[in-house]
Amino acid sequence: MLRTLPDDDVRAILWRYADRYDLQMLVQSARGVARGPVARLVAAGGRNSHEWTPEKDELLKACDEAGLSAVGLDVEHGGFIEGPKNLALAIVAFELAWVDAGAATSNLANFLALGPIHERGTEQQRAFYMSAAAPVPGGEREPWRGAFALTEPIPYVGVETGLLGGKARVAVWEEGQEPILQIDKRGRFITGMGFADFVSAAVDSADERIKGSCMVILEKTDPGIFDRGVPARKLVHQLSSTRDPVFSLRVPASRIVGGYTVINGVIIPNFSHGEVIEAVFRRTRVTVGLMTAAKLLSAIEPVIRYHRGRFRGGEGIVPGSPRYEFGLQQKEDVLHRLVDIWATGEAAAALGFEAARVFDELDPIERQKDAFFAERGIDRGRAQMKALAKISKDALEYLAQSHRRPDQRNTERYDALAADPMVRFVLLDAVANVICPAVKLWNTGHGANVMREAVSLVGGYGITEDCPGFLGYKWMDSQLEATYEGPEAVQRRQLSITMTNELFLAQFGHWTTEMRQVASEHPGTGACTLATAMQLWLWTLVTFPLADALAWLLATRQQVLDVLNLMTRGWENPVVAEQLPTLAPFLMDLCHVQTARAAGEVGRISAELIFGYRRQPAPDGHGLSACDPADGFKSSEDVITGIAATAHIDGHVIEADGSHPVKAGPCAGTEGLEPFLRMRTKLDSCLAGARLAKDRAAEGLMRVMIPEALGYPL
Amino acid sequence: MSHPFHIVVCGSVAPDPLQTLEPVILPGGPGLKNEMLLPNVLDPWAAHALYEAANLAKSAPGSRVWLVSLGPKAKLQQVMMTIAQKVPFELVALDGPAGGFVDAHATAAVLADAINGIAGLDKTRLLVFGGWESATRCSGVTMQLVGERLGIFDQFQGVDRLTVEDDGSLRVLERIEGGRHQVSSVQGPPAVIGWATGHLAEPPNNPQVGMANMRGVMPALQKAKATPVAGGGLSFVRVEQPKQLRDTRIVKDVSPDEIAREIVAWVRGA
Repeated sequence: MLRTLPDDDVRAILWRYADRYDLQMLVQSARGVARGPVARLVAAGGRNSHEWTPEKDELLKACDEAGLSAVGLDVEHGGFIEGPKNLALAIVAFELAWVDAGAATSNLANFLALGPIHERGTEQQRAFYMSAAAPVPGGEREPWRGAFALTEPIPYVGVETGLLGGKARVAVWEEGQEPILQIDKRGRFITGMGFADFVSAAVDSADERIKGSCMVILEKTDPGIFDRGVPARKLVHQLSSTRDPVFSLRVPASRIVGGYTVINGVIIPNFSHGEVIEAVFRRTRVTVGLMTAAKLLSAIEPVIRYHRGRFRGGEGIVPGSPRYEFGLQQKEDVLHRLVDIWATGEAAAALGFEAARVFDELDPIERQKDAFFAERGIDRGRAQMKALAKISKDALEYLAQSHRRPDQRNTERYDALAADPMVRFVLLDAVANVICPAVKLWNTGHGANVMREAVSLVGGYGITEDCPGFLGYKWMDSQLEATYEGPEAVQRRQLSITMTNELFLAQFGHWTTEMRQVASEHPGTGACTLATAMQLWLWTLVTFPLADALAWLLATRQQVLDVLNLMTRGWENPVVAEQLPTLAPFLMDLCHVQTARAAGEVGRISAELIFGYRRQPAPDGHGLSACDPADGFKSSEDVITGIAATAHIDGHVIEADGSHPVKAGPCAGTEGLEPFLRMRTKLDSCLAGARLAKDRAAEGLMRVMIPEALGYPL
Repeated sequence: MSHPFHIVVCGSVAPDPLQTLEPVILPGGPGLKNEMLLPNVLDPWAAHALYEAANLAKSAPGSRVWLVSLGPKAKLQQVMMTIAQKVPFELVALDGPAGGFVDAHATAAVLADAINGIAGLDKTRLLVFGGWESATRCSGVTMQLVGERLGIFDQFQGVDRLTVEDDGSLRVLERIEGGRHQVSSVQGPPAVIGWATGHLAEPPNNPQVGMANMRGVMPALQKAKATPVAGGGLSFVRVEQPKQLRDTRIVKDVSPDEIAREIVAWVRGA
């Protein structure tokens, strides 16, 4: 039976940073800020204003002191983490959002502003702005803070990346001199705008001497108007500053992110704004997904405490009595619903951290890819797509070979493909293109729904400022996470495109096999259910509507893989090893619960699609031809007893006078759908054991020892 | 005039006080329910000592700070992820038992041996710091015993402030009855200082310090020898569970005066 809540050692193994002390320290560092100054400010009512207050400004300083403002910076620019930073940023987002996601957004918005410069900026731009953003120990210099300005007001409210109201013109261009640009842009819902020193703004050309769109860096001291605008009167994430700024500034053309080339008197930005934001968003969206995951997991402890203490103090409820010790936990409903919340949180965190790790792995390979193409003079665009198509064929061959027995492989060819970084790139890229929108879509969208469940589990308390764990705030905040940086519809659309990539589908097919293998060794994980659901998804595969179902599958698969990793590596850590005998079965039960729910979603969506697009038979015309005369059944009664009654129940009959049972029409047939029906039936039967797992997990919630008090103020 | 010190801080882990700490009798003796599974912190008393040590070292260029920790290696590593970010120090890790039911004499012997084994330690400049008390339900005599074993007889317990005078002498404020301090002066090191709460706030996390510390901390943890602590003939005849029911109450928006009044009322009524 579960003895304590999973601790940091367990989490480090689950989320694969047990061998990185820099990240383990970062966890503690971010937690100190979250459960210290952030929690105190929330408890003191700091969220009750959409203005940027001095108290909120103090949080930025707390982030500076704790190193959180430097997490995304390279070491040479004042950072302290070597290599890719996606997992590090994910950890910071997770820890801050455990208490308040607005604080997380406030910190991360700076990296969103730096993102274009980091991903596509010139060496000089990177060196200058990254260094300027680095906090200086001792606070001798205020670090620069940035804002990312893409969204614009009416008529193009929201992010429609193809349309930009912000414009760039050539203001002055003297012979032999750097062109000076006039930038005019109005922003909407721009995070960090209350204190930004610089802004990464997306603008389109309004001048024949500038080609296309670009991102440009604006500084608050640039000549012209740098108006921070009015604060957005938002209901959520109040610990971040969001305003609607207005810019009308003159800046040198060297501020174009990634630089530019002049051809025939025309400034051609090296990167369009679309190319820049694509590189940025696919990384930063992952951290947003993890914010909602953190909230779900953060709800477990306060909800358990609330349930256990619900009746204490009541007359006649004495210590030692079940009502005193277990409170509401005597009721199966609250336990089962909390198990669902916990399982969702585990799956969401598993998926989010996996996505962050994928991008950490992808980052250096992507740079290798860029160098590879540059060496061969292959420019971006069509030429690169053609080259990648060839590499994709190699990658498919590699996948096919890698799943053969070693003695059946072409070893020489296999080794060559395995060592080819371009093959690794296209495979990883295909996964990254799916997993990023999946995290953003599922973690935040479904997570917001589940967060509402968490709020409901603490009754009226849940919608008060005094709710332990700030659950009401977290529920509202999660709706914003489902909205900003590309709402659910955008993620669903992107996913529906990327999930049909043949490289992804090939890998997905192998993952299905992998789950079967897992199931053979660890049936308690529900991996077999998941594999069947994955098969059904692949069989049904049409685009748009199955995007959500895929996200369920990916999250649950990663949850299973993480628990397996814990079961394998947990023995290396004595503290974790002591917990494993009780913790691992509990986490496996959560997996089983989640696989059943994922399977249910896949089955439901697939069935809706399969049957939903078939014409509903009606008792007229063509539909009637599917009915049999009632008299015919009566005459068959002697041969098959009860056939007439059965036919009437099914409604497939028509009386002699032409009347028919009161219903929409004859039941829909299933001709040609036998494979689907077989899979669907199999999927349903694969749910065996899922509810037993839920019962066990629920009992674990009753027995688990929780801290005496929450680790942060109310 | 600068007087560099070699400061050795003795301190180990204690269960996070926010956790439910339920005493139980285990096969090996008394302990806490699920003790190994509970998250740990650096013993708060020892932590004060460490922060004071780092502060003193900062003001005396050339000084060095060691943290000698006897505790389960895995737990020490867990705690280092936080502590290493606070102040610069060098870790001497001893993989052994920690807690309130380990014999203080045997613990002191192990700690003294470890201090004697520190390479480059100048005992003429040695200040041994530690917690005057401990959050691990211990007997509170370990520091005195360590000092005795090291042959250091200038010992101060319940220290709230240590000031280095211009002539290199140390001015020490020790807590005594009635909320007052006793002021002592000692010519200089070596000395044993058992800290009360000191006067420093907990330093903020500094990842740069953390990264620098961890370069030494991780090898120290890997090299940490299994250090059994002898029972020293100690046996527990009886361990009683607390009689009082711990009933944590969380309140907000209450003034310090109000809190003080409530505590006084509770004490009077108890």
